[in-house]
Amino acid sequence: MGDLTFDVAHMLAGGLVLLSFVMLYQDRLYALLNVYALHAVVLAASVAWQAFAQDAPHLYVTAAIALAFKAVVIPTSLHRIIRRLGIHREIETVGGVGPTMLAGMGLVALSLAVMLRITPEAEPLAREDLAFALSVVLLGLLMMVTRRNAVSQVVGFMSLENGLVLAAAGARGMPLVVEISVAFSILIAFIVIGIFLFRIRERFDTVDLHALDRFRGERR
Amino acid sequence: MNGLGFDAVAAVLLIPLASAALLVLLPGYRLTARLNVLASLLTLLAALSLLVVERPAAGPYLLVDDLNIVFIVLNTFVGFTTSAFSASYIGHELETGRLTPTYLRFYHAMYQVMMFGMNLALVANNIGLMWVAVELATLTTVLMVGIYRTHEALEAAWKYFILGSVGIALALFGTILVYMAARPVVGEGMDAMVWTVLLERAAGFDPALVNVAFVFLLLGYGTKVGLAPLHAWLPDAHAEGPTPISAVLSGLLLNVALYAVLRFKLLLAANPGGIATGPLMVTMGLASVLLAAVMLYRRRDIKRLFAYSSIEHMGIIVFAFGMGGPLANFAGLLHMVMHSLTKSAIFFAVGHVAQVKGTQRMSEIGGLTETHPWLGWSLVLGVVAIAGLPPMGIFMSEFLLVSSTFAREPVLTVILVAGLLLAFGALLMRLNGLAFGEPKGATAPVHASYVPMFAHLALVLAAGLFLPGPVVAWFQNVAALLG
Repeated sequence: MGDLTFDVAHMLAGGLVLLSFVMLYQDRLYALLNVYALHAVVLAASVAWQAFAQDAPHLYVTAAIALAFKAVVIPTSLHRIIRRLGIHREIETVGGVGPTMLAGMGLVALSLAVMLRITPEAEPLAREDLAFALSVVLLGLLMMVTRRNAVSQVVGFMSLENGLVLAAAGARGMPLVVEISVAFSILIAFIVIGIFLFRIRERFDTVDLHALDRFRGERR
Repeated sequence: MNGLGFDAVAAVLLIPLASAALLVLLPGYRLTARLNVLASLLTLLAALSLLVVERPAAGPYLLVDDLNIVFIVLNTFVGFTTSAFSASYIGHELETGRLTPTYLRFYHAMYQVMMFGMNLALVANNIGLMWVAVELATLTTVLMVGIYRTHEALEAAWKYFILGSVGIALALFGTILVYMAARPVVGEGMDAMVWTVLLERAAGFDPALVNVAFVFLLLGYGTKVGLAPLHAWLPDAHAEGPTPISAVLSGLLLNVALYAVLRFKLLLAANPGGIATGPLMVTMGLASVLLAAVMLYRRRDIKRLFAYSSIEHMGIIVFAFGMGGPLANFAGLLHMVMHSLTKSAIFFAVGHVAQVKGTQRMSEIGGLTETHPWLGWSLVLGVVAIAGLPPMGIFMSEFLLVSSTFAREPVLTVILVAGLLLAFGALLMRLNGLAFGEPKGATAPVHASYVPMFAHLALVLAAGLFLPGPVVAWFQNVAALLG
């Protein structure tokens, strides 16, 4: 039983890292959103498994929020926004897929090296979870850096927050306050982003950040 | 007495929250602007009463101690004066049509929500709660920065939002790591996130875990402090939002983030295996000072100029706290208070200048002391203060810092002084063009509110001339607390 618990948690957290990699090379917005939805589903499964393994019922709530909100509500609304803005064209990545994937691997290696070294005394379940979570966070950051499109940057940010939820779920007995706050912050973040996207749409005909960069204050 | 003390803390939090709800509902800008001032005044009074009444015992969520009370009083004071400035500033924005009444309603409510977020972050006794509060304050300021909805404002808000969120995400990861470190010692559950408990038991934490946590927290909250190289959002956010928000960002929000860093620094100091946090902070502080000092020379936008000056001064403050020791901490604390007061006063003046001239470009502003003597001379006074000339308060704190550092680390002092002099030169050069010489731009009379400006500058001047004994004792006490 103990081994199975560990293996399943390991598999789910590893799946999350894998999906983060898959997101890195998606060059169409719809495909990116679909992968993100899958990412959220795996996160929900992972958190639910933690709830079962730690016997912490409140984590089921977090899992439910992840499933309902991040896997369903956000992707569908973003789909709608993309359709309304008419930007389901290709998205460019900076530096190409190959270097980005290599950088991603480097980041995962880094986070494993750091987290596994500093947590020798923690229980293996929490330890691996934390290492994977940091990988997801760093991959999300990488995605935000390599994308120029506002929508895909937002998706990068949300995958980063998924990593944070994974970390919070892995820390045994962490008070509910934090999990709710994470979910809540996503909600707020999404509202903010929604407003932004609409405002941007009102003013420009693109949500490409390159277009925004032209208006930097000093070069008026 | 205890019950009364608790009530004061509750008032500091509930007044902004309740007035935010009220301000959303009420129409009419005159009424809401006045209500905004009134609510800020009440919050200030509640905060001041914390100095007098007996402090409540630390609970699982809230805490008032010697350290954060300095921040709370400063926060609510500048919040109050800024709301008074904002009332006159916003009237002009409405006349020129840059803001509509609907947006104004939103603006006032957001102002109070932001005050609530900052006050909550300061009184939080729980690292999770503090994180939530800082995030709340960040999100509200993002909305306020973008309120003009111009190209520049949207870009600034977007940049601020993305960089701020990344910072805040890193801070949360650090917070989780601190919990992981505390769990084996303190036990599961809420206790392992409570400041006072963490500090008491910090000696038993796993050093490696706490060290990595601190790096994440320093990077995360450091982004919000505006430390180089994570400062990119700061100049844009200051330049493109409404000027009252620039004043609050520089004067308050940076301090709140700094306060979070200081709290975690204390935690590391209590752990025997913790890394020395000083060198990290000193390096980031010096980098900020030097970078900002060089960048000051190439600014063309007046609000951007003072935004870079804020980066410089936050660098000085972080440097001071990084050096540590009673004298440097005292200097850092004094500098923080003086910078908040001076910088917000400067932004009050700059806000009116930009309104009357209709531009923020420095090449189109000139001869202010001739066309608008009161405004011009208060800007001169403010810049003289921020550049660190005697007899203003910032001279005092910089002198204290330089002299105390020189006794310990002469090499670092040379670097610091080089940065200070560079910034000094840039500011005086710009001031010369702005305030003296041939008048440029519109010369229409200005309906400015001078009281907040003069109140701040008078306090800074008074602190430079004479610091009362009780204040010195109070600051010394806090400085000793910071180790």
